[in-house]
Parts: sequence; structure tokens; C-alpha cells
Amino acid sequence: MDVLSEIAASLRSGDDKRVAQLTQQAIDDGLPADEILNDGLMSGMQVVGVLFRDHEIFLPEVLLAARAMNAGVDLLKPLLAGGDVPTIGKVVIGTAKGDLHDIGKNLVGIMLKGAGFEVIDLGNDVTAERFVDTAVDSGAKVIGISALLTTTMSSMKDVTDLVRDRGLAGEIHTIVGGAPVSKEFADEIGADGYGYDAANAVEQVKTLTGG
Amino acid sequence: MHPITTFPSSTATPDHRTVLNAQGIPDDAAVPKRVASLIDEGLEIFTGLVEATGLRAEITVEEFGAIYDGDGRNAPRTPLEGILPDAHRLALFAVTVGEAVCGEIRRLFGEGNPALGYALDTIASAGAEKLVDAMAHDYQEGISQSEPTLSSVRVLPYSPGYCGWHVSGQRKLFDVLDPQRISISLTDSCLMQPLKSVSGVLVAADKEVHDFDVDFAFCTDCADQDCRERIQTVFLDSRGGQ
Repeated sequence: MDVLSEIAASLRSGDDKRVAQLTQQAIDDGLPADEILNDGLMSGMQVVGVLFRDHEIFLPEVLLAARAMNAGVDLLKPLLAGGDVPTIGKVVIGTAKGDLHDIGKNLVGIMLKGAGFEVIDLGNDVTAERFVDTAVDSGAKVIGISALLTTTMSSMKDVTDLVRDRGLAGEIHTIVGGAPVSKEFADEIGADGYGYDAANAVEQVKTLTGG
Repeated sequence: MHPITTFPSSTATPDHRTVLNAQGIPDDAAVPKRVASLIDEGLEIFTGLVEATGLRAEITVEEFGAIYDGDGRNAPRTPLEGILPDAHRLALFAVTVGEAVCGEIRRLFGEGNPALGYALDTIASAGAEKLVDAMAHDYQEGISQSEPTLSSVRVLPYSPGYCGWHVSGQRKLFDVLDPQRISISLTDSCLMQPLKSVSGVLVAADKEVHDFDVDFAFCTDCADQDCRERIQTVFLDSRGGQ
């Protein structure tokens, strides 16, 4: 097995120390950083995403893989152009206004990063204005909003309304998710997408961005 | 002033299997070694950081009625409305695993260790539920000892934000119970901080009183419907189960 395949396999098993060791070995062998990133780390993370989507592995295993990926990326960053990891798009995420439950949002952010997106995480209790302003300023094409409570999911509509009121519909897409949120609710408030879990949210974002 | 209960960490600490289940891993699934180690590490951190405390205050049905109405935003029909008239005793309660655990969860996510952060988050949620169970159990035991005629009553908790009781009901509940004494505060949107806290009312009633059909308007929007599981425990308990 070549070193890149070994990186992917070690990432799949969540072995962060081995991933770091192999990434360093690949760097020392003179492999280009973007090749290590794409054919080693990202390749492994894609397999993890598919396995999770197909219910063949569980969420903690995805998170261990994400930790292993971070271990490899940290070594590659100084070698990549400008120190930036190349991305396939930007996504702004946060919890709905009034909501402080951020675990679901954090998981989506981790999986989006694993899929190659740049994630701008606004944290908790985010106003509609902040979501939209950040997306406009950063050039993000997707806003992801998470809510755990029925009482806070109503503020998701403030975001979809604001995107429409500012004439940004079609340019900036919205996707919603969280325990009380349903496809019907997403349609009702005019969201462009609904993620029923973290893996599905990533699939939806890829679809929305034409990925 | 209502006395503060301090629980030993063992009361709040869930078992390994409960945590795995809460992470979506069923009993019959093979658990990878790394995941098992992760849970063990999370449990160790939790045991070291948990500051499990609670408050409980007896209240009459009439007094509770004013709290339950809150800002007048409850669902038009709720299970508690049917249960309250037949309740023997009621007590407001609040429990928390403490801010140290919640701060550690944030730190782990912030420092790029989501696997352990998520494990600790799951453990803390299960821990808070264990404290509610402990509070309900103590209340039931106390009633049985002080009023032998009520030895067959069963206690179940109900919380604002669930089963049609609007979350804004937290404000009046906090006014009476004063959970700030155990460092639980309320945000403008009526969420508790630390997040891994639970408040509500403990209802002591004959077991049949707790049973209700899941035919309320809000039941269709309820993602987990774990009320059935909770109600089932009342009947299992009375047959010597649990």
C-alpha cells in the first residue's frame, strides 16, 4: 500500500497519531502537499462520509476521522499556497436566534470541512442580519441554520425572509436542520434545503452549490 | 428557602452502554476500540468535573396552575391539564451537572477535538437526565414514608418546552424556585445556562393518571415521543421492574 492509501486507511480508522506520522513521511518523501491533501486525507474523509451516509459506521467514528484529518492538515498548512487549505466553497453556519444548542451545528461544520468546504461558524444565537451580512461579505453561497427547539426554529424564517427581501434568493441558498425541523417546515419557510442529519446536510450543500 | 441537594458524581454518571446508545450505537453493534476508549475518557473527565446539584420545592395544584399558565402561550390542550386535577402532590425542581462540564465541552470543540467533545456532551445530557430520575425517586420515597396511604403513587417529571407547556413558562417557575441559587440562569429566550440543566414539575399521582394518548396537536411535531417510554417506566416499576 502506498503512503497516500495508508493515510486514507488510517484516517478511516480514526488513528490521528498514525495519520500525522504518515503525512510527515509523505512530506519527507517529497510528495506535493496538495496531492497528500487530496489523494490521502480528503480521499479518506470521502470514504468516511459515504460509510456514515450508508449507516456502516457511527458518528463517533466520523469525529475520530475528523480529528485525524486535522492532525494531517496541520502539518500540510505551512506547505500549501498562502498557508490556506484549498476549498470547494464557503458556508456560513450558526444556531437560530435564541438557541444555544450547538452540538448539531458543530457536527455539520466538521463534516462540511471534511468534505472540503470553508466553514464560517457564527456560533450561537445568531440574528438574521448577521447570517446574511456575513454571507454577503464573505462571498458564501450557503447559509446553514440549526435549531433544537420549536420555539427558536421560527427565527429561521427571519433568515429566509431576509435573503428574499434583499433580493439574494438564488444567489445565497439557505439550508435548515435540527431535531424539530422537518422537510415540510423547510418548504413552508422557503428554505432551499433541509438536512435530516449531518451527513445529509453535507449532501444538500453540495447539491445547492452544484458540487 | 428550599434546601439545595448536592449529588455524588456517581449519581450523575451514566453507564457506558447508555452513552453508546445516546450516540446512536445500538446494543448489538460492534463497538470499535477507539470509540470505547473515547467514551471511557469522556466518563473520566465528566466524573472529575461534574458539580451535580438540585433544588426541589413542594407546591399546591393551585399555586402551580399560575406557573403553568406562564405567559398564556401553552398549547390549547395539554396532558398536564388532564393529570393535575388527579395529582396527589407536586414539586417544582431544577437540576444541573454544573458549568465546568459545559465549559469543557466548548473547549474540546474549540480546540479541534470534536470526538471527545461530543462524547462528553452526550454523557452530560444523560447525566442531567439521571439527576432528574434521582430527584423524582427521592420525592417518591419521601412521599411513601411520610404518607403510607400514598405508597403506590408514582412520580414523573414534566418540563417547560415539552408536551404543550410553552418554554416561556420557565420565567414563572424560576421566580418561585429561584434556581439561580444553584447557578442556573435563564436567557432571554428562556433557555437555561448551564445548558445541561433540567427544570420542571414532579407530579406524584396514581400510575394510571400518568397515562395519556399521544393525540395532542403538538405530538405530530414531536421528534422523539419519549413520553411513551417514561410512562412505561411507571408501570414497569409498579410490577417490580426497573
